Amino acid sequence: MPKSANKEPYQQAYYPPAPTGFTKFMRTCVLWQAVRFIVINLKMLKLMKNSH
Amino acid sequence: MSRIVILGAGISGHTVARYLHRMVGKQHEIVVVSPNAKWNWIPSNIWVGVGQMSEDDVTFDLASVYKKIDVDFRQAKGVSIHPEGDTVSAAPYVTIEYTLPGKEGQQERINYDYLVNATGPKLNFGATEGLGPDHGHTVSVCTAQHALEANEKLQATVDALKRGETKTLVIGTGHGMCTCQGAAFEYIYNVDHILREAGVRDKARIVWISNEYELGDFGMGGVHITRGGYITNGKTFAESLMVERGIEWVIRAAVKKVEAGKIHYETLDGEMHELEFDFSMLIPPFAGVGLKAYNKAGEDITGDLFLANGFMKVDADYTARPYAEWSAEDWPKTYQNPTYGNLFAVGIAFAPPHLISKPMTSANGTPINPAPPRTGMPSAAMAIAVAKSIRDMLNGAAKPTQTASMAKMGAACVASTGSHLLRGTAATMTVFPVVPDYDKYPEYGRDMNLTFGEIGLAGHWMKSMLHHTFIYQAKMKPGWWLLPD
Repeated sequence: MPKSANKEPYQQAYYPPAPTGFTKFMRTCVLWQAVRFIVINLKMLKLMKNSH
Repeated sequence: MSRIVILGAGISGHTVARYLHRMVGKQHEIVVVSPNAKWNWIPSNIWVGVGQMSEDDVTFDLASVYKKIDVDFRQAKGVSIHPEGDTVSAAPYVTIEYTLPGKEGQQERINYDYLVNATGPKLNFGATEGLGPDHGHTVSVCTAQHALEANEKLQATVDALKRGETKTLVIGTGHGMCTCQGAAFEYIYNVDHILREAGVRDKARIVWISNEYELGDFGMGGVHITRGGYITNGKTFAESLMVERGIEWVIRAAVKKVEAGKIHYETLDGEMHELEFDFSMLIPPFAGVGLKAYNKAGEDITGDLFLANGFMKVDADYTARPYAEWSAEDWPKTYQNPTYGNLFAVGIAFAPPHLISKPMTSANGTPINPAPPRTGMPSAAMAIAVAKSIRDMLNGAAKPTQTASMAKMGAACVASTGSHLLRGTAATMTVFPVVPDYDKYPEYGRDMNLTFGEIGLAGHWMKSMLHHTFIYQAKMKPGWWLLPD
């Protein structure tokens, strides 16, 4: 069986955090995102209230 | 009856017109001067640029809206401001030049009691050789027409990818002093999304290039948010998203020249580099639109009213200071010109006192730093403040009554990273205040309870909702004033 090439370290793409499969799933999970939609709206209303 | 003249009918100028019409439209005359026949919801141009919206989806005719509410609309560009009138009359006036088909080139003088400069930016493609869709080799999404052209070239690239060719797409900023990284940020992710939907993403190399010191700067010096038990800089999330989508990035870069298929850029260390491309969308730097100003004797006072970059001086503190001494108090509050009390500037047209991001200069002396953003929510907030101040001054107030400092207001940004009802996503970000205030918030310059960010489908729904809401509002349909700006 051929040996896989080692993952190259010290590259631009090596360091940033990567989302897990669960995190990516939740980003487009309709039920969870419906909740987030409400939360984001409330956060924006709070922001606008503080801006005036 | 007084006459209020508004130069410009973009987001800020049209907002001033809407509010002044509602507040004083029956008692006073409102004149709007814009060289463009159409209003454009610019944040959605990125969707035109990937073929998911048409020009009609993001624009509408200004003349019909203004006719409906009896606002005098002139399709023309502002040429000069005469705040002291001339030797014949002390009445201040502006000179305009028509762009309306059939009247092109005709000049006219319009007297005013109050003048609001909301002319927005000149898209200064000429600052970088070979930049831009008209005389260069790159495309743009700064106008709906530019975005249409961008989509034509993008679709040709997609077709080539489908034929099995490999292509390099470069998206970002086309000069060391650009602002509006957000538009390029949205465009690069929407291009990535389109290529994935077309099943050709593996054939494309996508590269981000920008004048930011770190990813996620956006001209605001970056932002810290609370996430996963840490207070983390936005750079971490911006880099994470780039890696997740397989996008490379070049930062601290000033594009110096664009040739067919090749970008030449300088980095902060003074080194020159080349980057080959097949398709490139680069945002141009902004400048003032080139309005001139003259005093009563007809002498040129442009330098008194405007900074060298063409943006109008308002009640900011323009004293040159090192970065460490910058203060939230430097930023304008009323947007009134300090010399002429009946003159205001809002949106991109006002001159910021300095950058928000820390100034950086390359080893060769090239400035490489983002200019401050002043579009979207802040431009609407300052437009409303100016409209209310003018209302109160018309009613006898001696000076502006309303303030809207970018150091006291927050901003929300919903950046699309792919458009689809169920598979779309967007990065939602709020900051408060836009300009960091280290006296009030010593640690990060911002209120950590009001500054947040996340990515998900909810953001896409939000962006879609804002698109329809703001166009409804801008068309001044029933109840528009009930909607938040």
